Amino acid sequence: MLKPFRFLVFLLLLPLLALPAAAQSDPRDLINELSQGKLRQRIAQVEAIAATGNSDVVPALQALKDGDLYFKKSDKTVYITRKSGRDLALLDPITGEEIEVVASGAVEKIKVNNSLRRLIDKAVGGLTLMSKDPSVRISAAETIFESGDPESLELLDEAIAAEQDPTVRKKMDLARAAVILNTDASDETKIEAVDLVAENGGRNVLNLLKGVTFNASPAVAEAANKAVEQIERTLVLWDYGQTIWYGVSLGSVLLLAAIGLAVTFGVMGVINMAHGEMVMLGAYTTFVVQEIIRNSFPELFNYSLLIALPLAFAVSGGCGLILERGVIRFLYGRPLETLLATWGVSLILQQGVRTIFGPTNKEVGNPDWMSGAYEIGGLVITANRLWIVVFSLFVFAALFVVLKKTPFGLQMRAVTQNRKMASSMGIRTPWVDAFTFALGSGIAGIAGVALSQISNVSPNLGQSYIIDSFMVVVFGGVGNLWGTLIGAMTLGVANKFLEPFAGAVLAKILILVFIILFIQKRPRGLFALKGRAVEA
Amino acid sequence: MITPFIIKALDKKASWVVAILVAIAIFVPIANLALPRDSFFHIPNYAISLMGKYTCYALLALALDLVWGYCGILSLGHGAFFALGGYAMGMYLMRQIGTRGVYGDPVLPDFMVFLNWKELPWFWHGFDMFWFAAIMILFVPGLLAFVFGWFAFRSRVTGVYLSIITQAMTYALLLAFFRNEMGFGGNNGLTDFKDILGFDIQADTTRAALFAASCIALAISFLICSGIVRSKFGKVLVAVRDAESRSRFFGYRVENVKLFVFVVSAMMAGVAGALYVPQVGIINPGEFAPANSIEVVVWTAVGGRGTLVGPIIGAVLVNVGKTFFTAAFPEFWLFALGALFVGVTLFLPKGIVGSVSGLYGRATKPRDEHPNLHSAAKEAAAE
Repeated sequence: MLKPFRFLVFLLLLPLLALPAAAQSDPRDLINELSQGKLRQRIAQVEAIAATGNSDVVPALQALKDGDLYFKKSDKTVYITRKSGRDLALLDPITGEEIEVVASGAVEKIKVNNSLRRLIDKAVGGLTLMSKDPSVRISAAETIFESGDPESLELLDEAIAAEQDPTVRKKMDLARAAVILNTDASDETKIEAVDLVAENGGRNVLNLLKGVTFNASPAVAEAANKAVEQIERTLVLWDYGQTIWYGVSLGSVLLLAAIGLAVTFGVMGVINMAHGEMVMLGAYTTFVVQEIIRNSFPELFNYSLLIALPLAFAVSGGCGLILERGVIRFLYGRPLETLLATWGVSLILQQGVRTIFGPTNKEVGNPDWMSGAYEIGGLVITANRLWIVVFSLFVFAALFVVLKKTPFGLQMRAVTQNRKMASSMGIRTPWVDAFTFALGSGIAGIAGVALSQISNVSPNLGQSYIIDSFMVVVFGGVGNLWGTLIGAMTLGVANKFLEPFAGAVLAKILILVFIILFIQKRPRGLFALKGRAVEA
Repeated sequence: MITPFIIKALDKKASWVVAILVAIAIFVPIANLALPRDSFFHIPNYAISLMGKYTCYALLALALDLVWGYCGILSLGHGAFFALGGYAMGMYLMRQIGTRGVYGDPVLPDFMVFLNWKELPWFWHGFDMFWFAAIMILFVPGLLAFVFGWFAFRSRVTGVYLSIITQAMTYALLLAFFRNEMGFGGNNGLTDFKDILGFDIQADTTRAALFAASCIALAISFLICSGIVRSKFGKVLVAVRDAESRSRFFGYRVENVKLFVFVVSAMMAGVAGALYVPQVGIINPGEFAPANSIEVVVWTAVGGRGTLVGPIIGAVLVNVGKTFFTAAFPEFWLFALGALFVGVTLFLPKGIVGSVSGLYGRATKPRDEHPNLHSAAKEAAAE
């Protein structure tokens, strides 16, 4: 019974409030009026503020929506507030300058409800279309595009007429088309709008067009249907692209984890079960570096990974050198024993790290340049994944250069091809072995720096990668870096393509089974070494 | 055919081992059940279940020794066969619960009711009968070993490659059994067993009987292994281990030799798992973890591979150590285990038994790791 009555009162009050409001020129007075009156008058007040067409009022409206707009009890002036300890800092509603800090008792919040919030959104959408900042205008156009509110058509037309920037204008045109589809314009206009929207493509357009197919006249619906089909087709292509990207990203992680193993296993025939722990040591080195930087040199935080890289290489490489000199060199020619001994070493390293750092996950932060995401067409590419792909390829290239262009690489290849002959030619094979192993371990260490950015840094970090890296090396073929690259990428992409059909776990199982079967067919992997050395 | 096999198997040393195992199987339960609690020779209940566990581990290590010690196949997936045997037994025990489960469903185990399954999956049928479960305990691990070995040995996957793909096999099974959709209880596995063959599984007498059964199973397996090793076939086995290509050139079907011994070993591992499950009261996918399988390898290595007695001693010693250390210094155990891996491979390549019998100068084992094998492996490393 009461509701229609309230509504009537509201209608009666509306012109009373709106008229004087329109007459006033300074938006600050309008904002101050928000401290007066009850909730139901506020709709008119907000509309009055919006009617000024001055984008300066946007912060105040946003604050009102977020519940950050207060008025001082003493003189009823309105301020945007910000928490400042237990008190509130009062900011000027227009300029945003801090004016004073008061106890929270001295001010009162201006109440809002949901219908008001919607109204504010709309008002802000209109106001921000006129903003000086192009990015604000773009987001305003996007808001209108989402809502498709027919009432914003007029505003939009005005904005489009005034717009100079072509990219912003394009967004506004798109928003206008979306709005037109919601009005009762003629079929031709609507079809034109459908074409315009369809041209733009993308997932968010799809829902809009699907909505059109239900509500519009047959001609428009047909156009929309066609557009939907076409967009869906391109979307499927983008989806494939996205899956491939995910696969490449997973593949690059595998590559990083496996490439050091490819060196030790491929070149030396040594099964290093402690390889995963070398990765883990690299990740913990990153953690320690970041801790030191946080505590002592916070301004260097963005460079923490760059600092950690050589350190991780040194730590893991040093461990590898000790491991080779202390254990593995006594076991050459007994690969199965090497496997067991290095497994023992991996247990010791794990427990050592657990004793020193505790069993819980450690927080390793992302520097600024590694957070965020890029959008290319329908692809979403997160920065940290992109960096890891780039980094893994860089490591691969660097290792390739070391192997092919340096004297050390030459000696390493000589020992790989024919140990006895290399030894006869004066190459100190034990030292080549030791440094090869150190190199492989060091690469595992810098892989750890990269992996610390995307996975949990815990004592078990290495365990989760060791089996996968073995699979990559065995699949790609021992003693061949290209095999490792292609193996890693193939397994990564195959895994991601299987996931939608089979689920993550089953996809992994299928990959494992595939590799087991593949090894039967080609016991030496994709790119097997050919020649006399193969069959021992 | 059978009698000469047994006679050959029961040479002097083997007879001693079997006699000791049988004696343990008889006297330990008596010491547990019949002797008064305050007697010096009384064995408490907790010790019985611990010893039962060790016996199952010893059987698993023995099975591994047969393939690794005598045929040179380092399987890093023997835990998978153990767990499969365990699951077969666990399924039987689950079906025995009947209406005593939490949900009281006469046919469906609790976890299936919980997952809203309407009927028993096909592979659960038959497990209400012990004889069927008993066959499956041998058949399932044996079949997996047969299929796996058939492919692997035929395409001459050897050495570390074989080790890595056995590890991949058990890892794949680990992932598979973690899935609820597989119908094996997912993460939680099978547990909450009530009785076995009509006897209460918690009762002292049942536990003692299970321990005795484990000892007997170990003794019988030991006899079988000993028989295989000492037969002509056993000589071929060692030949394959030491010089695979040469044996092939002599005309032996190397892949069949390996396949046979791999399947036998997998079945033994299955039996070990089946006896293990009722004694610890649970089987879950954790048993498939690659780390477990590698631990079995170290038991065998500590005791002495290629000796048959060694792995039994190694398994018991390492596990007694584990029980002691994990209780007394939990931080320390992984260090100790890791050091054991390194130390044994570096300083005790023949294990305890091999080294001790080497000291007495008894030529029970070839003295060196065969110089030819050595250089061959070196070349493999060089490649």
